Amino acid sequence: MKDTGMNETGMSDLVADNLTVALGGRAVLAGVAARFRTGEVTAIVGPNGAGKSTLLACLAGLRRPDAGQVRLDDRPVLALNPRERARRIGFLPQTPEVAWAVDVETLVGLGRTPHSGARGLSDADHAAVRAALVRTRMTGLAHRDVTTLSGGERARALLARVLAGEPSWLLADEPLAGLDPGHQLDAVDLMRAFAAERGHGVVMTLHDLGVALRLADRVLVLRDGTLIADAAPLDALTPAVLEQAYGVKAAIVAGGAGPLIELIGRAGG
Amino acid sequence: MTRRLLLLGGLGLLVLLLSGLSLMAGRVWVPWSAWSQAAHDPRWAIIFELRLPRTILAVAVGAALGLSGAAMQGYTRNPLADPGVLGVSSMAALGAVMTMYLSLGLTTPWLLFVAAMIGAGLGVAVMLVLAGGTGGTITFILAGVILNTVASAGVALALSLAPSPWAAQEIINWLLGSLADRSADDVWRALPFIVAGSGVMLMLGRALNALTLGETGARALGIDLNLTRVLLAVGVGLASGASVAVTGMIGFVGLIVPHLMRPLVGHQPGALLAPSAVAGAALVLAADILVRLTPSAAEVRLGVAMAAVGGPFFQALLISMRRRLA
Repeated sequence: MKDTGMNETGMSDLVADNLTVALGGRAVLAGVAARFRTGEVTAIVGPNGAGKSTLLACLAGLRRPDAGQVRLDDRPVLALNPRERARRIGFLPQTPEVAWAVDVETLVGLGRTPHSGARGLSDADHAAVRAALVRTRMTGLAHRDVTTLSGGERARALLARVLAGEPSWLLADEPLAGLDPGHQLDAVDLMRAFAAERGHGVVMTLHDLGVALRLADRVLVLRDGTLIADAAPLDALTPAVLEQAYGVKAAIVAGGAGPLIELIGRAGG
Repeated sequence: MTRRLLLLGGLGLLVLLLSGLSLMAGRVWVPWSAWSQAAHDPRWAIIFELRLPRTILAVAVGAALGLSGAAMQGYTRNPLADPGVLGVSSMAALGAVMTMYLSLGLTTPWLLFVAAMIGAGLGVAVMLVLAGGTGGTITFILAGVILNTVASAGVALALSLAPSPWAAQEIINWLLGSLADRSADDVWRALPFIVAGSGVMLMLGRALNALTLGETGARALGIDLNLTRVLLAVGVGLASGASVAVTGMIGFVGLIVPHLMRPLVGHQPGALLAPSAVAGAALVLAADILVRLTPSAAEVRLGVAMAAVGGPFFQALLISMRRRLA
C-alpha cells in the first residue's frame, strides 16, 4: 500500500541553510544557501574540488555540516531517524560499489531496506522492485549476476535500486559519469520522469555542462565552496559565470536543437 | 525462500547424522545397540561423559566460527576475512594465554573465557579502527597481519617467561586446538556465550545486505553503521572468543564455510549467516570424527588437521581471486 500522506509531505522542498563544511582548515562549503524545489531537476556543476559531492552528501543527510542545516518538511534532515530519512531521500553515490555477485533483482531489492523488516521483503516490497525494474527496462535482466552487466546496464540497475525505495527525492552524485551518450540520455529521461511525478524532486551533480544546460530545470554553479549562480540553465551558465567558475572563455551559441556551450579557450590567454 | 529452507534443512540433517556418528566413533566403537542398555553397559560412560560434551562443543564451536567468518566477510566485503586471518582468534588466544601464564586458569576457569572474549572483541575493534571507514581488502588484511603479529609476540613472550615447564606445556597443548577431553563444565562455560554471540551476529543480516552497496550506500539506506560495528565486535567477540577459550586455535572454518555456502544463497551476505553456522558445525564435527579415527599413537590435533586442509584451500581461493581480478 502506498502511504497516503506521501503526496502531502512530499510536496515540501529541500532547503539548505548556510551550509558550511571545513576539512583540514580548508572550507569545502562556505555558507551555501539554496532551495531545491519539487517538480524540478536541479544540476549542481562546478570545477573539481568545488564541493559538489560534499553539498550533495549534506543534502542527503549523510554528512553533518559544521554550520548550517538541511531541512525537509521544515525539519532538519539530521533530526529524522535514519530509516525515515532513507525512505524520503534516495541517494546514488558516485561510482557505486557492488561488493558481491548478487543478481539484479536482489540488488534492486536492497532499495527496499528502509521499508522492509527483519523478515525480508513483503509483497509490497516485491511489487516496488518489479515496478522499478520495468521503469528502467531491466526486467529481462532481473536474474543476471550484477558483476556480468555492462556499464550502462549496471547504471540502470543501480538507478532501479534507488527508485525501488520510492523516495520523494532522488539525489545522484555524477550519475552520468562513464556512460555513453545513449545511456546518458536514458538516465536523464528516467530522472526527468521521476521529477515530473507529484511531490518528487531530483538533484544531481554533473560534469557535463551541455547536459546541465539542456536537461536541467535549474543549475547551481559552485566554486570553492560558494554558490556563484543559482538560476535557470541559460541564466546560470553565462559566459561570465563560466569564466569565474572554470577559468575558461566560452560562448552560448544557438545549436540546431537548442543552445550549446562553445569552449573558446583558457580565460586571460 | 523455500530454497533457503531446503538448504538449512539439509545441513541440519547432516549435523544430526554427524552428531550421531560422533557419539559412536572413536577408539572404542559404540554401536546403537549399546545405547539402549543404558547404565548397564560400561560404554555408556564413554558416550555421555566423553563424547557428548565433545559433540556438543564441536557443533557450537563450528557454528560460532562459521558464523563469525560469514559476519566478518559481510562487514568487510572481503571473502578472505575470518577470525583467524584477521587476527581475532590470535587476540583471543593471547587473552587466554595470559590467564594461563598467571596460573589463574586453574583456580578460576571462567577467567580464561572472559579474557579470551575480551581479546577477541578487542581484536575486532582494533581491526575496524585500523582499517578505517573505507577499508579495502588490503587494509583489512594488513590490519590482520598487525594483530596476528602482536598477538603471537605476546603468546611467545608468555611461553618464554613461563614460570614452569608445565605451564609452558599447558599453553602449547591448548594452543594447538583440540576438542579431546572436554568436560560438561566446559560445555556450560562456553555454550551460553556462543549462543549469545551467535544471536547478536544473526541480527546483522539486514545491515550486511545493505553493505553490499558499500558504507555510503548502506548509510543512505538508513543503516546505523556504528551500531553495526558494535554488534559485530560483541557478536564475534563472544562467539569466537568463547570458542577459542574452550578449544584453542582452530583456523580456516570461518574462511572455508562461507565461501562454500555463498553460491548456494545467491551471494547475499545476510542470507549467508544461518547456513554458515550450520555448515560450520558440520565441518568441525566431521573433522573431529576423522581426527579421532586417525590411526596414530597420539590423536592428531583438530587445529593442526584443520590447518592442513585449510592452508591449501586458502591458497586456491587466493589464486582464483587473483585470476578474477587480473
